[in-house]
Amino acid sequence: MNEETTSRILRTLPREKMFYFFTSIGNYTGKSAASLKEFMDKINEVDVRSLEFHFYRGDFEKWIAEVLQDEELAEEVRKLRKFNPMGEVLRNQLHATVSKHLKQLTSKPSSAQA
Amino acid sequence: MKFKNNALALDAADLKILGVLQEDARQTYTAIGRRLGMSHSTVYDRIKRMERHGIIKKYTTVIDAEKAGAKNITAVMTVFTDPKESEKVAEKLCEAPQVLEVYTSLSEELLIIAKVVAEDQESLHAFIADSVAPLPGVLRIRTSMVTKKFKETLFSMANSPKKLAFVEENRDEMGENKL
Repeated sequence: MNEETTSRILRTLPREKMFYFFTSIGNYTGKSAASLKEFMDKINEVDVRSLEFHFYRGDFEKWIAEVLQDEELAEEVRKLRKFNPMGEVLRNQLHATVSKHLKQLTSKPSSAQA
Repeated sequence: MKFKNNALALDAADLKILGVLQEDARQTYTAIGRRLGMSHSTVYDRIKRMERHGIIKKYTTVIDAEKAGAKNITAVMTVFTDPKESEKVAEKLCEAPQVLEVYTSLSEELLIIAKVVAEDQESLHAFIADSVAPLPGVLRIRTSMVTKKFKETLFSMANSPKKLAFVEENRDEMGENKL
């Protein structure tokens, strides 16, 4: 992944592109994420019902692929679904997946320089 | 006793005409006059005067959407807002064609209550997620889907608190209902 792609994935998004966490159809929690880093943080904060709602609708992978344009992470999130995680297990697995991916992305420029 | 509406004061005859028009706005001036014991020219003059003053806003058609084949879903959306932004949020909602009614209300927090229609649940969610949640000042949204409609009426002079007050006042003053 080149530096341009990494910067695009890690960029801060405008309001209309942010991820808005809902618990069900039309019920917005008031939590949103304007970047991948914020998304990872919000995974730990939002009501677990919101994670379940979006996860099983495929909203996370859709936003990651279409807005952040990070196909690799979208695929990793998609793969989690075959284990049918729920509740705190889902929260932990999602957080671990995003966190690991984010670490890889942020460590790349320094490793490339070295 | 008359009701003042900016420059125009409505009297009992005006209210009667409004009531009859709301039952059926296609009636002729003569038919309305016959029913209310007035000449058609009196009815005409009073209606034109109420149109000029914006009391009669328009003549429209009430459609039964279900019978017309529309398979829409209706929802009542409560938007909790930052008080500084609520006017702008309400104005933005008014611009959306899928929003039929918009009200503000103050309970513990400032709320905007809106009636929304959509083709299905997915379109409703897409509208709220893409067009309402991102509006600056929106704090939270609660949406309730309408499952059954028990009553839906337009504002009518027949059930106006103003008219009821008028009736009460006439009872007090005249000892009978003058309407």
